[in-house]
Amino acid sequence: MGKHPHIIKLDRSNGQREIVANHWLRVAEGCDDTIPAHTLLPLKEWLERRDELLGRADVGIWFAPDDEPEALGQDAARLSIIAVDFPAFTDGRGFSIGRLLRERYGFAGELRAVGDVFKDTLLYLRRCGFDAFEIRADKDVEEAAKGLDDFSEFYQGAADQPLPLFRRRGG
Amino acid sequence: MYIYDDYDQQIVDQRVDQFRDQTRRFLAGELTGEEFRPLRLQNGLYIQRHAPMLRVAVPYGHLRSDQVRALAEIARKYDRGYGHFTTRQNIQYNWPKLEDVPDILADLAKVQMHAVQTSGNCVRNTTTDQFAGVAHDEIIDPRPWCELIRQWSTFHPEFAHLPRKFKIAVCGSVEDRAATWVHDIGVHVVRNAAGEVGFKVIVGGGLGRTPMVGAVIREFLPSLHLLSYLDAVLRVYNRYGRRDNKYKARIKILVKAMTPEAFAAKVEAEWSHLKDGPMTLTQAEIDRVAAFFTTPAYQTLPAEDKGFARLRSENKAFARWVERNVFKHKQPGYAAVTLSLKATGVAPGDATDAQLDGVAELADRYSFGEIRVSHEQNLILADVQQADLPAVWEAAKQLGFATPNIGLITDIVCCPGGDFCDLANAKSIPIAEGIQQVFADQDYLFDLGEIDLNISGCMNSCGHHHVGHIGILGVDKSGSEWYQVSLGGRQGHDASLGKVIGPSFAQDDVPGVVRQIIEVFVEHRQGDERFLDVFDRVGMEPFKSRIYQKERAHG
Ligand code: HEM
Ligand code: SF4
Repeated sequence: MGKHPHIIKLDRSNGQREIVANHWLRVAEGCDDTIPAHTLLPLKEWLERRDELLGRADVGIWFAPDDEPEALGQDAARLSIIAVDFPAFTDGRGFSIGRLLRERYGFAGELRAVGDVFKDTLLYLRRCGFDAFEIRADKDVEEAAKGLDDFSEFYQGAADQPLPLFRRRGG
Repeated sequence: MYIYDDYDQQIVDQRVDQFRDQTRRFLAGELTGEEFRPLRLQNGLYIQRHAPMLRVAVPYGHLRSDQVRALAEIARKYDRGYGHFTTRQNIQYNWPKLEDVPDILADLAKVQMHAVQTSGNCVRNTTTDQFAGVAHDEIIDPRPWCELIRQWSTFHPEFAHLPRKFKIAVCGSVEDRAATWVHDIGVHVVRNAAGEVGFKVIVGGGLGRTPMVGAVIREFLPSLHLLSYLDAVLRVYNRYGRRDNKYKARIKILVKAMTPEAFAAKVEAEWSHLKDGPMTLTQAEIDRVAAFFTTPAYQTLPAEDKGFARLRSENKAFARWVERNVFKHKQPGYAAVTLSLKATGVAPGDATDAQLDGVAELADRYSFGEIRVSHEQNLILADVQQADLPAVWEAAKQLGFATPNIGLITDIVCCPGGDFCDLANAKSIPIAEGIQQVFADQDYLFDLGEIDLNISGCMNSCGHHHVGHIGILGVDKSGSEWYQVSLGGRQGHDASLGKVIGPSFAQDDVPGVVRQIIEVFVEHRQGDERFLDVFDRVGMEPFKSRIYQKERAHG
């Protein structure tokens, strides 16, 4: 929870990445009053105040591993940022959440991986539609970014490249 | 055999670089042991009792002779001169050094091999019938589908961190030789009434602590939809499989909790979104992959070779070997030979570097340069001319691989157990040897007919004891090693789990108990009845009363 100083931001159109300052504060629960700008609210809380928040581009959502993208549905397409929490990098549910948000619910904003995020999962995250990575505070961000390039070809289609290799394999 | 193109090669090469970097960071303290663990497991690297253990993938059990030579070289260069073939058609090395593993992987990559996803909570090596492509009872060759599944599952980004490991087996013949009913997913390649190829899909089988036979969730899946449907199954499992308790994390627990019907409905709902999407297979891709598994350049031969028939009638030892270790081929004049890795006194499934080189040589001379691994931990030369069988027999004897015991009680399936494995309750290799010694008399052994005997050193069931006709399980009783015996398990289409006979036995008593079980079988046997048939007819009671008549067992 809280605010990490830096994130890796990936441009999904050209694969370029940069390390940028983080503006967003992820909270365990919101307040009764107006939600401050640049807040990431738990999904449940956002849903409770959906009508008030749907128009606000400066409020985002974060998903826990057992939150269901179905609960947000097509509203995803109107949000500017969604974070997905990986309490442990071995909890792979967030990968499915990412793909569903991107591929089924039309989410086009920033999809951010938070929690136990470091070099060795970045490429899978990228393939599942993530384009922002809040690297664990005790890890070297520059080194972590290199993980995005561990592989340059993939067999299966995913959020980043919907066409599987067998539809691209030239001769 | 499937041959890599530049894409496949690049992917395994980049994996070597990635793992080299991960190992370096671990040794430099940049990755903690806890972080490195799942990463190394996804590359088949365990840290075991004596040293790391490296499990190398043998996709669906197929090897070329150059690959077998590379495996021999690795055994020599980095290990103690041997490897161990496993019940999932892979090979394990018991003594590599952690620092050497990146180099081992680089050597493997040179012959189109790897250790990708041979462990860890991901989709593991896809297994199949060791006689795929040559079996007389084959309906459809499963290998192209195995290769398509291999590619789909390799570094699948969404399913790299599942609740638990995930094993898929494919079968395309009348008899199920791939244990498809006890896998996370079993796929039967079938034809529908219209003659179209498709799949019957079974989920939720498995052994381990909570053994279960799987349930059919789809009777017929048209072939083009294989991968999108697998995506749907895995997505449901990834999202809803239990992650709070590692013993309840396999898909079988989820399927049971939801009921197979509800699970199937959930998969169908998910699949409705994926169906006809980009993961739909193309006929061009199916044809491309299938082209690697065409029949070799067989000669036109008479159904029975004269010289072979003569030796068979004259030489009892040869006839015996043919009866046990030679499998009927679909091509006239050819045969599939099983090299038995079950000689008494050798750990079941072990092969030395010299034996591996010898097998590669045999494959080059007699079997189009190909070798297969069976899930019963033996090696197979799949395309031998009948006329060559006498020469192959002689050569196999030289190698120590001609024990005529395939399918017999001494063809024991056995995990590494307490000699190597950290999780073991008890040793399993010495038990296997003790039992093999009981049946040293070849005539007696032969007359007993088919008996599967499986040994696991603990509940994880790596030795498939639940599906052995006789299953032996190591249990821990206040620090000493005991063994529980079960009877009546079986694999194949009528797969079922054995029933425990009673209280467990001390290590020294196990061979004697097995001897008694066999005595009871022989007494009740009518004609050539198989052990299982007798067991099904007379039930547990006669076995039980014989074994527990004296106060041998405790608790
Ligand atoms: C020595 C290192 C080994 C370790 C630490 C190990 C560990 C395990 C564990 C923990 C399980 C249970 C997983 C579960 O039920 O979720 C398991 C299952 C299994 N292992 Fe091993 N194993 C080892 C070696 C082997 C070998 C050598 C073989 C083949 C001979 C093998 C084949 C299997 C099979 C087929 C299963 C599947 C049973 C099932 O889950 O349906 N393992 N292993
Ligand atoms: S069954 Fe148990 S003892 Fe045997 S290899 Fe598997 S985990 Fe180890």
